[in-house]
Parts: sequence; structure tokens; C-alpha cells
Amino acid sequence: MCSARPIYLDYQATTPVDARVMEAMTPLFTEVFGNPHSTSHSYGWAARDAVEAARVQIAEMINADPREIIFTSGATESNNMAIKGVGRFFEGRKGHMIAPVTEHKCVLESLKYIEKLGYEITLLPVGVDGLLDPNAIKDGIRDDTALVSVMHVNNEIGVMQPLAEIGAICRERSVYLHTDAAQAAGKTPIDVRAMNIDLLSLSSHKMYGPMGVGVLYVRRKPRVRLEPLMDGGGQERTLRSGTLPAPLVVGMGKAAEIISNETEADHARIRDLRDRLMKGLEQRVPGTFVNGSLDHRISGNLNIGFEGIDSETLMETVQAQIALSSGSACTSAAVEPSYVLRALGLSDTDAHASVRMCVGRMTTSDEIDTTIAVLSAAIESIRETGETRPRARTA
Amino acid sequence: MTDACYLDHNATTPLRDAAKQAMARAMEVTGNASSVHGFGRDQRKVIEDARQQVADLASVSPANVIFTSGGSEANNTVLKGIAASARVTSTIEHASVLDAVSNAVRVGVDRNGLVDLDVLHQTLEGLDAPALVSVMAANNETGVIQPVAEIAEIVRRHDGRLHVDAIQWAGKLPLFELTVLADAVTISAHKLGGPQGVGAIIVRDGVPFEPIVKGGGQERRRRAGTENAIGIAGFGAACEASASDQAHDASLATFRDKIEAELGDQAKIYGAEASRLNNTTCIGMPGVSAETQVMAFDLAGIAVSAGSACSSGKVEPSHVLLAMGVDHDEAAEAVRVSFGWSSTMLDAERFISAWQNLRSRTASEAA
Repeated sequence: MCSARPIYLDYQATTPVDARVMEAMTPLFTEVFGNPHSTSHSYGWAARDAVEAARVQIAEMINADPREIIFTSGATESNNMAIKGVGRFFEGRKGHMIAPVTEHKCVLESLKYIEKLGYEITLLPVGVDGLLDPNAIKDGIRDDTALVSVMHVNNEIGVMQPLAEIGAICRERSVYLHTDAAQAAGKTPIDVRAMNIDLLSLSSHKMYGPMGVGVLYVRRKPRVRLEPLMDGGGQERTLRSGTLPAPLVVGMGKAAEIISNETEADHARIRDLRDRLMKGLEQRVPGTFVNGSLDHRISGNLNIGFEGIDSETLMETVQAQIALSSGSACTSAAVEPSYVLRALGLSDTDAHASVRMCVGRMTTSDEIDTTIAVLSAAIESIRETGETRPRARTA
Repeated sequence: MTDACYLDHNATTPLRDAAKQAMARAMEVTGNASSVHGFGRDQRKVIEDARQQVADLASVSPANVIFTSGGSEANNTVLKGIAASARVTSTIEHASVLDAVSNAVRVGVDRNGLVDLDVLHQTLEGLDAPALVSVMAANNETGVIQPVAEIAEIVRRHDGRLHVDAIQWAGKLPLFELTVLADAVTISAHKLGGPQGVGAIIVRDGVPFEPIVKGGGQERRRRAGTENAIGIAGFGAACEASASDQAHDASLATFRDKIEAELGDQAKIYGAEASRLNNTTCIGMPGVSAETQVMAFDLAGIAVSAGSACSSGKVEPSHVLLAMGVDHDEAAEAVRVSFGWSSTMLDAERFISAWQNLRSRTASEAA
């Protein structure tokens, strides 16, 4: 990354496109430009072959069958499709869904829609560590429960839910399990078979692929039934109509292949950098606290609070040097404290004092050292001057 | 593939150079447009600059442009999301309109593929409450152009709302002619020289609708999801490029007319008596199935299609031709030829000679 640019530590908002992904996509923009659904000529066939190869790459990443991979425009659409699709299909026959309160906005919004169809929604609390108690799922499942939706990795605090345990419970009770795995791919292994996952959402741009493409995995055996969100040409086994963006699909496939080939050493590097960042800040800055479980957490995430600091002020102070965030990107312009941190039991003040940082594939140890120095100096200076700005909408 | 002859621009058209360049620039930008840091603001600028370009093509304000994942999503959103007590479409609409709602009233077309205005009027007259009427400006299979101004007038008289699917029109004919008439106009990037995976709804101020994809508050709460920034950048540039390329579009008519003149009475041209897009012709070869034709053309290095790309895997004849009263067997003998920004007269000549070769070969086989 160019030195004139700030250090990028917002890998959970979006990741840069990996150079190998860019290389894989390029020919699809130019030479192989056909409509992958055109069956009458070689332009279409070439685009289709490229799309199908990407489907295999993604299936391999999560141990699925390629026929279970449905391409969408991104994880938001996938999450909408899973929840609304199951809700509409079982409308009148089932009447209940379960999710933790810390889900992404698009899951919560989709559940609100389902509520209007007559479903009852149970939103389960999480512990101070951000984790869901699988027993709460067990106790919450009713005879008319259609779906349990649990995000694999939280977008703000990076904690990993006990998905395999939840999957076993759901399978035993014959209830569909959907997981928003947008933040999980490439961070922690995903095995839809071993984990008994029925529906799983992925986002390309959170895994070093391009924006504008995602996946909904839909299990075939036992078959998951859902209504499509979009109708039309009948692409994607009639589950998702619309011309597939072949270059983006190919980019996502390559991103998945890279992830499948990553080694423990690659993950360890990121974990070491995150730990170095955390320890450095804890040593240099008095009054820090880490939000969410450290044991059950992806290696790159650090959600950390600095007592008495307003995160908006801190971000403004360091914005020329470091890009970080106070929560999810979709809501980072909002003045309300993070509902995820509130769910962990944090006070408004402590929630406002917290920032999210995420180390990624391109992060260097020099960048971590600079970040520690810049942040600790900024916090010291803010504390000295007692500067607190009125909280205002910034975007 | 440089030697090949691509005549399936209505399925998808190659990326324009301007789009390619804009996308290459956008690829240099990392960041989620909703993030408040500098990376996010840079990404926001990429998207808002492109929104301005799309708005310029449509002669609307940028606030009226909502980005989607493509034409199908745009059509589904409008058909499902705009509140109306009834929905009225025509029988020749794209599947993403026809299948978006199951209870729409379908108005038929005449033998030239034009919506029957009397029936439309009577249909709206017979409804208790204002309807949402959805018609395509130009058909993807025949290129036939609907009398949108007259349709709009009928809809206005009945206090209805009008949606125009302009996916095949945009980039070829002035979009403002439709945006001044309609409550919502839908367009797709990859049909006008932009990339696949992005489209837009151009919605008039004050037209409320329920989004089908909800979540983060992107696109003024009208379409959630992190924006496809690279795609959007390419879309914007393609809109700008296509607006300044109308002269080339006019030349496409000469390619089409050349084909139709050379093939003469041997061929059946569908919708020929109606006003059509310059780039499209739907041609029947009597006695030769469309499947045989597209395979033969492909061997000759010429890409055409039998109907729309989404349905070209199916063996059924085009619903558009059937709606025009073409009989089942004849409809199964039609192929679509569609030119685009990269087409030349040489493409037309190659098609003519391949068509005539195939015609004489099959005629002698039959003899």
C-alpha cells in the first residue's frame, strides 16, 4: 500500500482485491465477455465454463457440492434470500424463527419482514463474551420453528459462534440452520457437511474478491426449500434470476481457491500481528478493554475500548494515518452506540469508547508498530486536553 | 476470438473502452463506500461520480438513481415493490417482469408486436383502483419499440403508475424520452457497454416502494448491500460513452437494412413494419430450426441467438413471437441478430453469406 495513504485496518468492512484475483478476472472483462447464459455460441460457453469453474472453487472452500452454490449480488442479498425465501415458502405452515441479537442489520431487517408475514421471532441474548449458548437454541426451538439464523463470525467483535454444536441441535430437530458467513470465509474453516449447515451466505469483497457478488449455499440433501427473491430468466436453478456477472464470479472463485490453499502459517502471521497490536496498545495505553471473547475469535479482529475516549474524536484525530471504524460500515455513520457492544452489556459510554480494527492479508508489522504509536499518542493527547467533541452525524 | 463475428449484443455487449478505463481506476480504490474513513470516502466518490453519469444519461437528478445488481433485480424490485392494487403488463415482456408477480393482467400485442392500446385502456377502465403498468420500451428479441408516450397518456388518465423496462433502449435511444413519462425506468449496464452485475432503477421523486433487499441503509434505504463499486464505475462511464456514440448507433440500421434487403423474400423478418431498434432483427429461415441455425452460425464463427439469452437453453419457441400470432413451427425457426458498438458492416456481410450458404445447403438436402 502506498505510504501516502493511511494504514488500512478495516478489513471487516471490505478487503482489497488480491492481485491474483484481479489477474483471473481481467480476461473475463475483455476477451471472454459473453453472457454466461447464452447457449447458442462459444462466447456464452466460454463465460459459462468460467462461471462453473468458479462454482467448483467455492464449493471446495466450504465442502459443498457445486450444485449447492447459488450466486447472488452479495451477502446482503444472500441473507435476505435465505430468511425471506424460507419464510415465504413455509408461510402458513410454520411460524417461528430464531436468531441472536448480534446479527448483521440485513438479517435483522429480513426477520422484521418475516414478522409481518405472521412469524414470531425469538432474538436470543449473547453472553458478555458475545457468544451464544447452544442450549438457548435447544430450548428456543418449537414445533413450528422454520429457521435458526446464526452468524458464524461477528462483523464487529470477530467472535465465532459454536456453529457445529448449533448445527447438530438444528439437525436433530429438523430445523433449517442458516449462517451468515460473510466474515468467516478465509478466517476460519467452514465445512457445511460437518457443521450441518443448510443455508450459508458468503460475500466476495470480504475475502479479497470484488464487490458485487456473493453466494448462498443451499443444501440439496436433505433438500432445503425456499422461494426466490428474484424471478425471471430462471438462472441459478430458478433460485436467482438475472445475468451472472461472469468476471466477478470468476474473481470470487479465485479468491476462494486462494483461501483453500492458505496454510496455518498464513493465519498465524495475522494472529501474531493482531496480538502485537493488542499487547502494544495495552502496554502503552492505560485503561484499555477488549470486547468479546479472545479465545473464540478470528485471528485478525481487535475490538478495543479506551476508557474515557470518544471513538469519533479518536478516529478523526488519526484519520490521516489509520483507517479504522467504530463498528459495521453500513452503520458507521450512525450516532447510536453499537447494538452489538450493547448486547455484550457495555454501557453507552464504553461502547462509544470502542473501535474495531482488523488485520488482513496485506498488513505489515511496520504498519502495526506505526498504528500503536499513532493511537497511543492520540489517546494521550485527547486525555490531556480533555477534548470531547459533540457527537454529530459525520456522513 | 478476434476473428469471430459477435452478433448477440442484446444478450450482452462487450465492455466499452471508457468503461474498462473507469473500472481500472476504480480497482485502485480500496474501501467500503459506507466507511467514514478516507478509503471509504474515496470509494463513495467513485460511486457518486458514476451516479451523476447515469443521471445525465437519463436527464434526472442523481438522487433518482438507485443502483442494483442488474436489470432483473431492478425489474423485480419495481414490480414487487411499488404499491398498487393491480399490476398490468404486456405479453411480450422479459421474464423478469412476467415472473416477478404472478397475478398481473397481461395485455396482448398485435402482429407487429405493439401493445394493444384499446385493450390497455379497457383493462385499466375495468379496475377499481389505480394500477402499476409495466411495459418494455424496446423488445429484446425483435427490437420493436412500443408507443410509450401513448401508453403513458392512457396510464395517466387512469391515475396509474408507469414502469418502463428500458434495458434494451438505454444507450441506443435518448433515455430522457422515457424518464419524463414514467414513474420508474429500469436499465442494465451490460447491455450498453458496461459490466455485468450492475443495473439501476431511475425512480421519480415521491414514488414510494418497498425494497426487496434490506439491511444496511445504502442507496437511501432503497437497496441494501455494499455497492459493486467497480461495476458501478464502469456503468457510469459506459452511460457517458453511449450518449456520445449515438451516431454509430444510427449506422447500425444500415447493417440491419443490408441484411434484410439481401435476404429478401427468402427470410421472414418479425416486427419489420413497426418502429424498431436500429441494431436488432429477428429472422426466420423457413424449414430450418433455430437450433440448427445457431449451431451452423457458430461453426462459421458467428454468434447469434434463438431468443433471449436467459431462455436460449430452453427448446420452446419465443413467447414474444407466439404473442405476435406467429405459429409454433415458424416461431421455432427464428434467430435474433443484434449489433452493437463494436459492430461493422463486415459483420453484416459475413452473416448474409453464412445465412445464404445454410439456406442453399438445407434447401438442397430437402430436395
